[in-house]
Amino acid sequence: MIQKKINYYEVIKNGIFKENTIFKLALSLCPSIAVTNNLRNGVLMGTAVLFVQVMVNITISLMRHFIHPRIRLPIFMLVISGWVTITDMSMAAFAPEAYKQMGLYIQLIVAFASILARAEMFASKNRFIPSMFDGIGMGLGFLFALSLISFFRELLGKGSLWGYQIINAKPLLIFILPAGGFIAVGILMGIFNWIYGKYENKSY
Amino acid sequence: MSSEFVKVFELIISASLINNFVFTRFLGLCIFFGVSRRMETSIGMSITFTSVMMISSGLSWLVFNYVLIPWDITFLKIIIFIGIVAGFVQASDTIMRKVSPVLYHKLGIYLALISTNCIILAVPLINAGERYSFIESISFAFGSGIGFALALIIMASIRERLELADVPKPFRGTPIAFIVTGLIALAFAGFSGLIKI
Repeated sequence: MIQKKINYYEVIKNGIFKENTIFKLALSLCPSIAVTNNLRNGVLMGTAVLFVQVMVNITISLMRHFIHPRIRLPIFMLVISGWVTITDMSMAAFAPEAYKQMGLYIQLIVAFASILARAEMFASKNRFIPSMFDGIGMGLGFLFALSLISFFRELLGKGSLWGYQIINAKPLLIFILPAGGFIAVGILMGIFNWIYGKYENKSY
Repeated sequence: MSSEFVKVFELIISASLINNFVFTRFLGLCIFFGVSRRMETSIGMSITFTSVMMISSGLSWLVFNYVLIPWDITFLKIIIFIGIVAGFVQASDTIMRKVSPVLYHKLGIYLALISTNCIILAVPLINAGERYSFIESISFAFGSGIGFALALIIMASIRERLELADVPKPFRGTPIAFIVTGLIALAFAGFSGLIKI
């Protein structure tokens, strides 16, 4: 393995913009709609995913010399589900109110393609510190996307932010309904692509 | 007996239409957007998916009720269920390759995708949470499979048309698919209140 000097700033930026899990790769979409009808749940979910992603990357990268390539996928699944169980139980203990609304989705972090993909593509080939930064980058990208979606949905759908009333006009109820979630994500994804295309000077 | 039958029927209808996994519970979206580009692939995916889901939820029910509950280790259910699903998918992949190469050639690629699908894990978790009986678990899995198939087929037929439409450039691909899904979800909201469970 060639050890290049890795620019950590680039790694993190890559996770947030270039390979943003939700907007660019369109993976792990389930919670992007399910828990984003208010900002607090979106941020909590993003933080949970950030934690799991970083811990899984660290664990896999520390274990990478002991895992036989044939059985790597089941091992990765076991590591991921172990960390998810820890997150799940601590959420149930420390944030019971939020857990009641999004418990199932926390447990389903196990089935996230993005976490498995990062473990497979990055952490199983790289050393401990770069893997940690890669996890932080991808997790922050996810947190950023979830916060953005839930910010708009709560602002438009309820006229409030983090539970505090901000706009006193009649809200657009559709944005907190399931159907509005899909539409909001679609529109935000399109805008993200547009801005990103301008920024990269590509004709999108 | 008849009331049992009614309960099963209600479960199937509710899992497939009213609480459709894709449109009202937002699960399995990665696969949903990835596979629904072509009608052929979405039909293959729905057949594979429904059969794998019924068998794996049956297996998970047996393990949950005869191993996890007696030993009082239900907090391990996430690890155990994902192990069952991944193991079963791997096993059926190997068996299918040996026994029926034709079928494997047609449906094999979907099997690999299934183990990262949220629905396949959500159904055993919901079954365990609601304490369904064995028959109820299987019929809930069947209903969810039918619902997923319905969603995939509706979406595939719309997206085949959408390829020809003139969509603004940043919205091409997944974003417009999201907006279309939102509109279908609005239509599916009309089913709510059909049956009270």
